[in-house]
Amino acid sequence: MATATQTTRRDFLYVATGAVGAVGVAFTAWPFIDQMNPTSAVLAMSSMEADIAAIQPGQQVVFKWRGHPLFVRRRTPKEIAEARAVPVSQLIDPLARNANLPDSAPATDANREIKPEWIIVVGVCTHLGCTPTVSTPQSPQGEYGGWLCHCHGSQYDVAGRVRKGPAPQNLAVPPYSFIGPTKIKVG
Amino acid sequence: MAGHSTYVPRTAFSRWLDERLPIIRMMNDSFTTFPTPRNLNFWYTFGGILTFMLVVQIVTGIVLAMHYVPNAGLAFNSVEGRIMREVNYGWLIRYIHSNGASMFFLAVYIHMFRGLYYGSYKAPREVIWILGVFIYLLMMATAFFGYVLPWGQMSFWGATVITSLFSAIDQVVPHLGTAITQWLWGGFAVDDATLNRFFSLHYLLPFVITGVVGLHVWALHVPGNNNPLGIDVKGPQDTLPFHPYYTVKDAFYLALFVIFFAAFVFYAPNFFGNPDNYTQANPLVTPTDIVPEWYLLPFYAMLRSIPQKLIGVLVLVASLVTLLFIPWLDTSKVRSCRFRPMMKQLFWLFAADCVLLGYCGAQTVDAVRFGIPLLWLARIGTAYYLAFFWVLMPLVGWLERPKKVPDSIAKPVTGNKSAAGVKA
Amino acid sequence: MKLALAALALAFAVSGTALAQDTNSSEALPPREMSWSFDGVFGTYDQATLQRGFQVYKEVCSACHSLDLVAFHDLAAPGGPGFSEAQAKVIAAGYKIPSAPNDKGEVFDANGNRLTRSGILADHFPPPFPNEEAARTANGGALPPDLSLIVKAREGGADYVYSIVTGFGHKPPPGFQVQDGKYYNPYFAGRNISMPPPLMQGSVTFSDGTPATVDNEAKAIVTFLAWTSEPNLDERHQMGLEVMAFLLLFAGLLFLSYRAIWKDQH
Repeated sequence: MATATQTTRRDFLYVATGAVGAVGVAFTAWPFIDQMNPTSAVLAMSSMEADIAAIQPGQQVVFKWRGHPLFVRRRTPKEIAEARAVPVSQLIDPLARNANLPDSAPATDANREIKPEWIIVVGVCTHLGCTPTVSTPQSPQGEYGGWLCHCHGSQYDVAGRVRKGPAPQNLAVPPYSFIGPTKIKVG
Repeated sequence: MAGHSTYVPRTAFSRWLDERLPIIRMMNDSFTTFPTPRNLNFWYTFGGILTFMLVVQIVTGIVLAMHYVPNAGLAFNSVEGRIMREVNYGWLIRYIHSNGASMFFLAVYIHMFRGLYYGSYKAPREVIWILGVFIYLLMMATAFFGYVLPWGQMSFWGATVITSLFSAIDQVVPHLGTAITQWLWGGFAVDDATLNRFFSLHYLLPFVITGVVGLHVWALHVPGNNNPLGIDVKGPQDTLPFHPYYTVKDAFYLALFVIFFAAFVFYAPNFFGNPDNYTQANPLVTPTDIVPEWYLLPFYAMLRSIPQKLIGVLVLVASLVTLLFIPWLDTSKVRSCRFRPMMKQLFWLFAADCVLLGYCGAQTVDAVRFGIPLLWLARIGTAYYLAFFWVLMPLVGWLERPKKVPDSIAKPVTGNKSAAGVKA
Repeated sequence: MKLALAALALAFAVSGTALAQDTNSSEALPPREMSWSFDGVFGTYDQATLQRGFQVYKEVCSACHSLDLVAFHDLAAPGGPGFSEAQAKVIAAGYKIPSAPNDKGEVFDANGNRLTRSGILADHFPPPFPNEEAARTANGGALPPDLSLIVKAREGGADYVYSIVTGFGHKPPPGFQVQDGKYYNPYFAGRNISMPPPLMQGSVTFSDGTPATVDNEAKAIVTFLAWTSEPNLDERHQMGLEVMAFLLLFAGLLFLSYRAIWKDQH
C-alpha cells in the first residue's frame, strides 16, 4: 500500500516535470517562429501616400505598394459608362473584393471604387500572381478594355473585374482613402 | 554498443524496422540501457550540456543567417539595425547566439579539465580525447569566423591580426606567407571577399563539428565512460542504465546551466563583448587595444610573450598540437588525480597558469602589475604550459607513488550495502 | 585579517595618490558613477526622460551627430519614448529626406540643392552631413560619431557619455596644453576633445516644465541615447524575470525527480 502511493506520487512528479519541460519548449519555440514574420521596418512601409493629380484620363500609373504593383487608373466617362452597364450576373466573380467594403458586397462597378473616376487595384493576377498589362485604345489588350494577363490569358474589364480565363477572382481593391482631392493613402 | 544488445522490439512495425534499419536498437543501447559507471559526478554532466549548446548555436545561427547580410557595406547594419531592432525577437536570438559562444567555451573548458583531472585520455580512450581536441580546434575556428561577421572594429582587426599570423611563414619560405594570407583574404586586406567566405565557413563548420561529435560519442561508447576513480568497470554492480539515472541528472544540471546562461542573455548581454565592436569596421583606424574573446586569451598571451614573430606563431601552434599527444605523454598507470598526489598539485597549478595567461592576454603588452611586467609573467606561464605536458607529465608518472586505488566502483560508493544497491 | 585590511587600505591610498598625480597627465579620468533608471534587473526607461532626451537630441546634438539606425516609427514603439503614432508622424514630417528622382530623373533643383520630401514613419533620422568628408570639413577635421549605439560603443556606457557631455569647464592643470580649436575634457582620452561644450543652462526649453539645467539635459540625452543603443531593454528585463521564474520552477522539479530516481542508489 505504502509503495503504491509512493509510486503514484513519484509518477505524478515525473509527469509534472515532463509537462513543465514541454511548456518551456513550446514557449521557446515562439520567438523562433515569430522571427520570420514581417519586421517592424517592413510593417512601417505597409502604408503609402501618393499624389495622383498628374494622371490624365485614360492613363494608368503604377505605384509600388507592399512589394506589389498598385494600378491607379483614371477612367474616361466612356469607360465608366461601359463598366456601369455590365450586370453582376454576367461576371465570373460576383463579389466586389474591395477591402473597404464588407466581404459580401456584390461586384457592381460602384462597389469597386471610391470615386468613379479612379479605379485603384492591386496589380496581381488572381490566378497565379503575374502582373497584368493595361489596355488602352492605342494598344488594346484583350476584349474588355481593362487588363490582360499574359501569363495565362486572364482578362479584366475597366473595373478590374475578371471577365475571362483562368483567374477566379476580381483584382483586389486595397484599403485606401482620399486624404485630399487627388491624394490617396493606401494601406 | 558495449556488451550485447538488450533491445527487444515490441510491435510488428518495430520488428520490421529493426531488421532493416536498427536505429531504435542503436538509440536504446546507446542512450537508454547503456551501462554507465554509477559514480559519475557533477563534472560529468558537461558532455550533455555541450550537446545542448551545439544545438542552441546551430538553431539560433540558422535563424540569424536568415536576416544577416554578408557584405562589407551592409553587414554591420544588418546586425545592429535589422536583427537587433527590426526582426521580431531578433535581439533575443542574437544575444543567445553571442553569449552562447561564451557558454559553449566555458562548458568545453570544464569538460576538458575534467578529462585531464580524471585521466580520461588514457588507454583505452585516446581516440575519444583526440577527437575532442579536433572538436575544440573546430570550435575555435568557428568562433573566430563568427566574431568577424558583425563587422565591428574588433571583428575587422581581430580578423586582420589572426590571418596575419600566416605571414610569419615568409620567414621560412619568402613570399609564401604573404601569398597564403592574400589567398585567405581574397584581396590585399580583410574586406568584402573575406567576410563572405568567413560567413560561408562559419555556416559550414558547426556541421563538421556535429559529425566529429558523433565520432566522439561513438568512440566513448566502445570502452564506456571513465569515472572519478579512474578504474575500470568490473561488472553490472558498478553501473547504472543511462536512462533514467543520468538523463535526469544531466537534465537537472543542464537546467542550472541554462539559468546561468539566461542571466547573461537577459541581464548582462554585453558582459563578454567589447564596446569597440559596436563601432562599424574602419580599415583606417585601429582600436587602441586589440583583445580577442576571453576564451582565446591564454593563447593570445603566449603568442605575444615571444618577441620573434615566427617563434611566437610556432609556440601558439605547439600549445594546441601538444593536446593531441597527451595520451602518450602521461606515463602513469593510474588515471585519476584523486590517487596521484603530485600530479594533482601540478594540475591545479596548470589550471591557475591558464587563468594567469588569460589575464595577461587581456592586458596591454607593456602592462606592469605589482612591479612585475606582465610580459615576463606570460613568458613564465607559457614555459609552464609547455613544460607541464612535455616534461612534468612523463616525469611525474615515473617519480610519483600513487595512493592505493580502490578495487571496484561499487565498493567505495555503496560500501557494505552494495547488494541492496544493486537490487534497487 | 587586520593585516590584510591594512594592506588593502595602503593599496587604496597608493592608488589614490596615483590618481591625484594622474590629473597632470593626458590620461582620461574614470567616468563619474551615476545611477540610472535603466540600471539593474528591474531597470526600465523613464518615458518622460526619453521624450526630453529626444528634444535635446533634436535641438542640440543633431546639428552634428547622425542617428542612422533609428527610424521615426521607433519613437512610437513600446519601450521607447512613448510618442503616439500621430505624434511620431508629425515629428517625421518635420525632417527633409532626400527624395527619389523626379519625373525628369533629377535629384537636384535648378540651384543645385538636393530635392527632398518630408519624412514618413518608415524613414530613419537623416544625417546632418551628406558624407564623412563634409562632416569633417564642418568640424575642423574631426568626425562627430553616429550616436545610434554610442552608449554600448564606449567603455563605461551611460556614465561615460554623461561624463563627457558634462565634463567641460574644468581648469586644465598647469602646464597642460589645450590644443588649438579643442576643448579640455578630463574624461576624454587625451583630454583634448573637438566637441565644444554641447549643453548650457537653458539650451532647450522642456515642454513639461523640467528646469533646463545642464544636469537635467545631460541625464535626458544620456537616457535617450541608452534607449537608441538598446531599444529592447524594457522587454528584455521583463522577459528575463519570466524566464528565470520558469527555469527555477523547472530546475526545482528536475531536482525532485533526480532525488526520487537516485533515492536508492546513494
